Amino acid sequence: MTTETAPTPSEVPTPVSAGPSGRSILQANLRDYGLVVALLAIMVFFQIFTAGTMFKPVNLTNLVLQNSYIIIMALGMLLVIVAGHIDLSVGSVSGFVGAIAAILMVQYHVPAIPAGLLCVVLGAIIGASQGYFIAYVKVPSFIVTLAGMLVFKGLSLAVLGGKSVGPFPTEFQLLSAGFIPDVIGPIKLIPPTLDAAGKAIVGTGVTLHSTTMVIGVLIVLAMVFSSLRTRSRRRSHGYESEPFPLFVVKTAIIAGLVLYMTYLVASYKGLPNVLIVMSILIAFFVFMTKRMTIGRRIYALGGNPKAAQLSGIKTERLTFYVFTIMGALAALAGLIFAARLNTATPKAGQGFELDVIAAVFIGGASALGGVGQVAGAVIGAFILGVMNNGMSILGINIDLQQMIKGVVLLGAVVFDLYNKNKA
Amino acid sequence: METTILEMRGITKTFPGVKALSDVNLNVREGEIHAIVGENGAGKSTLMKVLSGVYPAGSYDGQIIYRGAEVQFKTIRDSEHQNIVIIHQELALVPLLSIAENIFLGNEVAKNGIINWDEARAGARKLLAMVGLKEDPDTLITHIGVGKQQLVEIAKALSKEVKLLILDEPTASLSEKDSTALLDLLLEFKKQGITSILISHKLNEIKRVADRVTVIRDGKTIETMDKADISEDRIITSMVGRSLEDRYPDRVPNVGEKLFEVKDWSVYHPLHADRQVVKNIALHVNKGEVVGIAGLMGSGRTEFAMSVFGRTYGQKISGQVLMHGKPVDTSTVRRAVDAGLAYATEDRKTYGLNLIDHIKNNVTIANLPGVSRYGVLDDMAEMKVANDYRKATNIRSSSVLQLTGNLSGGNQQKVVLSKWLFSDPEVLILDEPTRGIDVGAKYEIYTIINKLAGEGKGILVISSEMPELLGICDRIYVMNEGRIVGELSGDEASQEKIMRAIVRAEGRTA
Repeated sequence: MTTETAPTPSEVPTPVSAGPSGRSILQANLRDYGLVVALLAIMVFFQIFTAGTMFKPVNLTNLVLQNSYIIIMALGMLLVIVAGHIDLSVGSVSGFVGAIAAILMVQYHVPAIPAGLLCVVLGAIIGASQGYFIAYVKVPSFIVTLAGMLVFKGLSLAVLGGKSVGPFPTEFQLLSAGFIPDVIGPIKLIPPTLDAAGKAIVGTGVTLHSTTMVIGVLIVLAMVFSSLRTRSRRRSHGYESEPFPLFVVKTAIIAGLVLYMTYLVASYKGLPNVLIVMSILIAFFVFMTKRMTIGRRIYALGGNPKAAQLSGIKTERLTFYVFTIMGALAALAGLIFAARLNTATPKAGQGFELDVIAAVFIGGASALGGVGQVAGAVIGAFILGVMNNGMSILGINIDLQQMIKGVVLLGAVVFDLYNKNKA
Repeated sequence: METTILEMRGITKTFPGVKALSDVNLNVREGEIHAIVGENGAGKSTLMKVLSGVYPAGSYDGQIIYRGAEVQFKTIRDSEHQNIVIIHQELALVPLLSIAENIFLGNEVAKNGIINWDEARAGARKLLAMVGLKEDPDTLITHIGVGKQQLVEIAKALSKEVKLLILDEPTASLSEKDSTALLDLLLEFKKQGITSILISHKLNEIKRVADRVTVIRDGKTIETMDKADISEDRIITSMVGRSLEDRYPDRVPNVGEKLFEVKDWSVYHPLHADRQVVKNIALHVNKGEVVGIAGLMGSGRTEFAMSVFGRTYGQKISGQVLMHGKPVDTSTVRRAVDAGLAYATEDRKTYGLNLIDHIKNNVTIANLPGVSRYGVLDDMAEMKVANDYRKATNIRSSSVLQLTGNLSGGNQQKVVLSKWLFSDPEVLILDEPTRGIDVGAKYEIYTIINKLAGEGKGILVISSEMPELLGICDRIYVMNEGRIVGELSGDEASQEKIMRAIVRAEGRTA
């Protein structure tokens, strides 16, 4: 994962002496930092009010497992929304793909890996076909994907015959329920308390999943190294970056947080497989949006489609690609969800699109297109996930939960608009 | 003997950075047809917007005296209550509502909010008869042609018991037959005592119907002439008679061999397949040459340029584009760019820039392969490119990371130019490159144009400002109604000659 923040207007190049103060950089990045701070504040809030349940290793692991499919779809949805579109069909598509996966694996005994790959391809084809109508036939995405939502909801019911199909083969379940193997071997940090019979009492002592710890440390080192390198590279080109103390504090906080989370996860069962998949995808999408030409073109398309077209960007083909990617990600999310439930149900995926879209908007994307960050969408999804999780632990009724989530969504966007008008 | 119905005294209106009107006086007599002429941007439309309350009282200086009393219109509704109705160039009709619904829009034949449709239809029928339009009041606006739509607008004005009717270039998009009918209608209204103000470029029309003509230039009233004095020569001299100061940087032309050529280029309107917008155009640009296309708005210049550049306008496009004498494919923007063309749009906010992104990303967007490898951007190379062009074109900003939406018009234009310079074209088509920017920035743009020509690039400049074309071009084509109606070398060209070419062509078609 990268910690590079987006270049901001106040990062003024040469002359260095006339560079901005740390304060102005802090202000300029307030939204990026603010989102992280908001997530942490919400977590601390629930940590206090759930009497310490929030940060329990098992809960953190669950948090990742519960929200992985939303986050994965949010990555694609970010591209869709930045391109100036919307996709309402992702919930239904993920449900439908989950159903097809169940038919393939349970009824036709297709092995897990080819079946999974086939399903992702199917999702890409579904996305591409919707993208075709949006990009080339010029039907508004809202309508195409609303139609898609109905069609694939109906199709899941049809292929499953209205029943649940399961259970899945064990190797497929590992996608959601599995953890990476501890190749190095566990470390007993604090030996568990023994009961009278000399057996360990469950829940006492701390045993660390050492492979997870090693991976965590390596990630932190890579992160620190890469941000140092970026920083020195920018300096050598004469561009002012944030003042060194601020840089150190920021890097230290992030590194500390990652290490702490790694420690917590390692003290349960280690890294879930799905977290690995998710992290790779997040890293790739951050890279794509920030460093690749296709990412840049998507922002240009969303910012001003006519100008993008007149600049030689094949806007139609780009829109088509964006929806194809979205379809593939929706399929992957559908697989993860099905593996997690260990069954495909006709109701799977219903309403997911709303959480996914809300996550992207909470993360700071603009409904008008052209604005939005992958990191924002991921944090937005976590904010929603932590709230779901925390409120469930507190036993808050589902009706109230919905209302609170709605208010948070509206509040986040109002906060954005307020900031924009002030600037 | 005639009484004055309207007098505008010392009207001055400023927009941020621009003085659109300065001390304009207008005197209109009851029952006359008063024409207002002037170049694009002279301030005619602004003056009419002041009169009708589009720009509310208080946002301008000066007095408006209407039927003997000073008036202060805060909204269009205020002026309509005084029976002043303006019909804008862009018609204000709702396409998917019927004729009757449009005529009474905002003024419905209703009691307690319930519309009496029988009465509305009957009323509409009566008004349509007055303007000579034989259409069912239930016909949707979208199903009738522009000429008829214009008549619906006039019927709408009549429904408001108009005393002073203002028409802003009413015949600009009408066929000859429709134009004649419209002008006859104005003469008919005159008999009924309705006063009209007619804004038009078409001098032959003015000669036919106008009782008096007021010429506006650079936001000032130049003169008002009576019927007896109206002549094309006098109007043209008044319209363009501005002194050519030293507003253009010097350049020694070094014109080389033929670089870019278009042959027999024809384009039809994207929606109306039978309307030919560009008619068999042939032109060429040599190496190191600055070539201008003069003409009025709507003469098809932008349509021509955009249809050449990746077929971004129109349909049923035919003709040939040649570079260095060899035919090239310009059927998509990408291909046009690869062939060595660049087109900087007249409307930079809508078509030229991503206003919510910063200078750097706007400069590189047309040539991302130039700052990337295997699809991965080199952000340091990108920074360098952006900074180089920022320096070369003198973009005034805090850095290349400033949002283009926060730049002034002149600096935005420089970003658009930078974008196309970075795509390294051989021929640049610049569409109204200095529209809406101040004199200083204009000079800088001209300097850039000269520098590019000096490097051997071919430059095609489309401009509605004749002095600008005369100041910077080696050769000027004159375009009117989709055709090239004249070609003048830089030495022989003058504003009068250009105007004459246009007017002569108007005379032929109208």
